[in-house]
Amino acid sequence: MENRPLEYDYTVAKMFMLTTVLLGIVGMLVGVILAWEMAFPAVNTIAGSGLAEYTNFSRLRPLHTDAVIFGFTFSGIWATWYYVGQRVLKVSMAESKFLMFLGKLHFGLYLLVVVSVVVSLLLGITTSKEYAEFEWPIDIAVVVVWVIWGMSIFGLIGIRREKSLYISIWYYIATFLGIAMLYLFNNMEIPTYFASGGIGAWYHSVSMYSGTNDALVQWWYGHNAVAFGFTVPIVAMIYYFLPKESGQAVYSYKLSLLAFWGLMFVYLWAGGHHLLFSTVPDWMQTMGSVFSVVLILPSWGSAINMLLTMKGEWQQVAASPLIKFMILASTFYMFSTLEGPIQAIKSVNALAHFTDWIVGHVHDGVLGWVAFMIMAALFHMAPRVFKREIYSKSLMNTQFWIQTLGVVLYFTSMWIAGITQGMMWRAHDEFGNLAYSFIDTVAVLHPYFTIRAVGGTLYLLGMFLFAYNMYKTMTSGRRVEESELQSASPMGA
Amino acid sequence: MDISTFQAYAYFFFTAFMVVVLYSYIYHLYSSQWKGKRDYEKYGDLALHDEIDDHPIEKISENDEKK
Repeated sequence: MENRPLEYDYTVAKMFMLTTVLLGIVGMLVGVILAWEMAFPAVNTIAGSGLAEYTNFSRLRPLHTDAVIFGFTFSGIWATWYYVGQRVLKVSMAESKFLMFLGKLHFGLYLLVVVSVVVSLLLGITTSKEYAEFEWPIDIAVVVVWVIWGMSIFGLIGIRREKSLYISIWYYIATFLGIAMLYLFNNMEIPTYFASGGIGAWYHSVSMYSGTNDALVQWWYGHNAVAFGFTVPIVAMIYYFLPKESGQAVYSYKLSLLAFWGLMFVYLWAGGHHLLFSTVPDWMQTMGSVFSVVLILPSWGSAINMLLTMKGEWQQVAASPLIKFMILASTFYMFSTLEGPIQAIKSVNALAHFTDWIVGHVHDGVLGWVAFMIMAALFHMAPRVFKREIYSKSLMNTQFWIQTLGVVLYFTSMWIAGITQGMMWRAHDEFGNLAYSFIDTVAVLHPYFTIRAVGGTLYLLGMFLFAYNMYKTMTSGRRVEESELQSASPMGA
Repeated sequence: MDISTFQAYAYFFFTAFMVVVLYSYIYHLYSSQWKGKRDYEKYGDLALHDEIDDHPIEKISENDEKK
């Protein structure tokens, strides 16, 4: 009889690691193309006017956002879940054939959804709801994928050896519940073909909400997709990976619990700040502003907890590029969770709304916080799942600095562009005539759009270095013993 | 009482209630530690000692489940 010691099984984690890297490159590549299109409109038809339908800004834009959110980020969330979940619950996927089957089914169906999304968006099939562009057949498939993930989470929790759920597990559960609720309610839609008795395309649908209600539900969803896609699961990651990589237990576990419940309570009310000065009731707008400002507290609670976890161990930041990635991620989390509330204040929003400053805010959060943390998590996981040391530390350092420069160029150019735009839109003469036409602003913004495109290109270059480093780690990194994997990840020169 | 007066009272008392809940939770976290009921900080070790053959911080056993 075979009598091997029990080990964690990272089969499913590895599958999602692969899609994280691939879809990260796809999403960011499309983003970079869009940035160059904004700076130089001729890029819209770079593949010839015959293919312009597929290369223009409006066709590619949802592909960029959805590839980065539902492709790169969610693959990263699942890669880390199938790694962290087993470890902190002290139970292996290998112990349950059913959970292993669910994990693989989860990945297989997810790939199908990814392919249908890419094809349908490129063909221009969309519901036109931002970040919820998928038509109803894909929505149903997404719900199935989500339910399978839920079964996998609670299945693993059900057979755990560790009684207490580590704080990261709470955050993963919150991600599951939050997105389940948001996605279902925002995507309530009526397939027009079936409702009308055969008119139009079979896949087309219209939202069950209309007008202001639609806007409210959409931004309740839209902002909380940021909450439960870009914040909650990424916090789950940093609470596990930073302590593990640095060998330091989280500074205050009590603070992590308090920040968790604070974030859960406050975040759901903040979405109204997307609709300031619109037709939604004034009290809802004020509530959105107020809750956005209050949101600084739980966000900073987690971020400061992470920085304090490094107390007495700051030399590790200089020594390890992996710790650098996580500390910079945590710092960008603080930065963007301060910037967001400032933008949500009504008087600031009067200037900032619809400008590029908002785009800058999203990207300092996603490039600086979300993507840095996901890449750090994958770097930490690689030696443990492949049993090889990280191929090159110097390549990691190079990637870190190239991408940091990219983010800085991105958000600074968008700050200047956004505030310039806001000021020019509102400028008027003594008779109340607008001082500038729209095209005046476009001409002034051109240099900043170019700088943004350069920043994005640098970040994408870093993604290629990341992919190469991961590939080399997997195929030719030095083999390591279990004893080398206790805390700091082994790295080759 | 008109609706806006009612809203103002409801807003005030709800805010006060939430502040009480928040501070009670903080008090609960610290007092559990002083009284020796539960030291929350030990759960920080869950991330550090996460090998499959590491001893669980709190083991699931039949005795625990019957409690």
